[in-house]
Amino acid sequence: MQRMRDMDRTSWQVAIQWAQVNLFSSWWSTALTLFGLLISYWIIHAVVDWAIIRAVFTGSDGSACRVPGAGACWPFITNKFKLFMYGRYPLDELWRVNLTYVLALAGLVPLMLPGVPGKLWLSIYMLVVFPIIAYFLLTGAEWLGLPIVTTDLWGGLLVTLVVACVGIAASFPIGIVLALARRSELPLIKWLAIIFIEFVRGVPLVTVLFFASVMLPLFLPENVTFDKLLRALIGVALFAAAYMAEVVRGGLQAIPRGQFEAADALGMSYPQKMGLIVLPQALKLVIPGIVNSFIALFKDTSLVLIIGLFDLLGIVKQAIQSDAKWFAPQTAATGYVFAAFVFWLFCFGMSRYSAWLETRLNSGQRH
Amino acid sequence: MTRATKARADQRPSRSLTDYFYDPKSRGIMLQLTVAVILIWLIWSVVDNTIRNLEAQGIAAGFGFLRNTSGFDISQSLISYTSTDTHGRAFLVGLLNTLLVAVVGVVLATVIGFVIGIARLSQNWLVSTLAAVYIETIRNVPPLLMLFAVYFGVIKTLPRPRDSIEFPFATYLNLRGLYLPRPIWDEAIWFVLLAFVIGFIAAFWINRRAKKIQIETGVQPRVLFPVLGCVLGLPALAFVLAGFPVSFDVPQLGRFNLRGGFVISPEFIALVSGLTLYTAAFIAEIVRSGILSVPKGQREAASALGLRDGQVMRLIIIPQALRVIIPPLTNQYLNLTKNSSLAVAIGYPDLVSVFAGTVLNLTNQAVEVIIMTMAVYLSLSLLTSVFMNWFNARVALVER
Repeated sequence: MQRMRDMDRTSWQVAIQWAQVNLFSSWWSTALTLFGLLISYWIIHAVVDWAIIRAVFTGSDGSACRVPGAGACWPFITNKFKLFMYGRYPLDELWRVNLTYVLALAGLVPLMLPGVPGKLWLSIYMLVVFPIIAYFLLTGAEWLGLPIVTTDLWGGLLVTLVVACVGIAASFPIGIVLALARRSELPLIKWLAIIFIEFVRGVPLVTVLFFASVMLPLFLPENVTFDKLLRALIGVALFAAAYMAEVVRGGLQAIPRGQFEAADALGMSYPQKMGLIVLPQALKLVIPGIVNSFIALFKDTSLVLIIGLFDLLGIVKQAIQSDAKWFAPQTAATGYVFAAFVFWLFCFGMSRYSAWLETRLNSGQRH
Repeated sequence: MTRATKARADQRPSRSLTDYFYDPKSRGIMLQLTVAVILIWLIWSVVDNTIRNLEAQGIAAGFGFLRNTSGFDISQSLISYTSTDTHGRAFLVGLLNTLLVAVVGVVLATVIGFVIGIARLSQNWLVSTLAAVYIETIRNVPPLLMLFAVYFGVIKTLPRPRDSIEFPFATYLNLRGLYLPRPIWDEAIWFVLLAFVIGFIAAFWINRRAKKIQIETGVQPRVLFPVLGCVLGLPALAFVLAGFPVSFDVPQLGRFNLRGGFVISPEFIALVSGLTLYTAAFIAEIVRSGILSVPKGQREAASALGLRDGQVMRLIIIPQALRVIIPPLTNQYLNLTKNSSLAVAIGYPDLVSVFAGTVLNLTNQAVEVIIMTMAVYLSLSLLTSVFMNWFNARVALVER
């Protein structure tokens, strides 16, 4: 009993000592702490008050949320959850979307965990087999008995994920090719790459999307028409590729010249030299940069709503503005907080994963 | 020359096709030729298709539409503009509105970003945690969503003009915007401006003299109060002497609306606050890594020389950190400018929304409009990279 009290006291003393060092080391620090406490209290109080205490949790329309002083309107989210996740994808066919997610996770999770064997086969599955399966699952195939679901019915998180994943999968190889082209000794190739990269990086994504939706149809022969989603995908992929190219170039520049020369001395061809010697080292160096551009791309997918696609943000906005049943003062805030949370979850997850991977790779290098 | 090499040299002209294929030089030329041919074919077919499509739609190519009357109004303009002005003038209005957002956003984001970046490095656990929470929350949310959240979630739920929220100094906030008193300057304000300029020059002179004294004697003269007196006191004195040469156009609460005063539109508030909060999170991280990049020994050496904490920061850490901070910082400024094109989603009349939106829909001159819009952003980013190259050359460490 006595000993426990001693231990209590010591841990209490440790806490006080910690507070003295970290919170009250000087009068200035004390003032900052008090100021910080005030801000924390204010934020936490506002959030809890809005999201829990004054919030409305049940209801089948917005009437409960129209009460004066009501906080967040959560039934708006729960009632529209399917819409936000899948858009207007036919309800009977939702299993196809879910199956696609499961197949994606089955490939991604073992691929992302270091130490799981069979990375090569997993990569082939993710880059070749899975896209084909996903394409037929999502769009449909009569010969498999899967009814066609046109892309104008797609929406919500589904579109966000499709744009982000296709953008990532397409921009990565294009970006590598552009980076190699920019460092090429052939002047024409080099200058084409420089012009493309600097041009795309110099303009906002909005104008690239406008370009893809307004000018691309003009460039094509009259009888050729493009799916709107496909046009957005092309715009996003090319945009992301230019940024990816600069990240990869950074990695290429960090590889010592001796590596190139050694590969040449061994009589390797250009693809062998790049594929077996340079790129594996360069890409490993820039993993944080690559993940950062993935995060940026994921956030940028929200811009497709400007050219009339309904990604997660677009469909939340549409539901807020056009569904009179749910008109209420806090509906908009609730919807956007929900969308923000979903985006945050994905982006924060990616950044944590990259940080974890970075420390792992670094520790590998030190030994 | 031995016989063998001579024999080989003689053989050279009769190389077979495979030899050319394996020769890196000729292979490079062939590859480039192929690319050039494909490129020319691609450009030709694009131009050909575009001309055909434009003809089919009955659109005349060219920039003549810029001189036509626009016929639409713009809600906010820095230069005089009415619907009888030309599309060209509408372009200018949009461009100036974009630059306005960019300038205001850059200034605010820099201030907030530096404060949060330094807070992130604070010894105080609570302060640094709060800064970290801010950075990690904001950085992982799309900027467009932040704009929507501010615009539709906050500003659109503000009270109507009749029930405006009242702040001190006759300032009102409602869903039509922020109403401020508009100062009306009298003629005599030139007197005050003159005093300000004189005060500024005097302060500059005092500083130089103080530095000279310090170099000669080692004693640091106290200059804070004389400088403040010159920069602030002199204009204030002139202001009083001139008999308060300013009056205010105060917003008046009418029956349905506020009249008079200076109005900041809700779209502008939403755009600037959304972009500022978003960019500040990135600037904070840049500032943090910049300050951390200064070796610890620099701080210790400065302390050992007897500099106070503030002096260490101002004279030793910041100048060295800026070398690391400024390149990515300009990049963020550029990003903010480019992100201001998100204005189109909330209806702020920036370049993209006025020109690539309204003008494009009215005239159907897609090619010209998109090219002009992209050219504006491209030249902004080229100007920035020119500045960056100049700056990097200037501050680069001179290795001895």
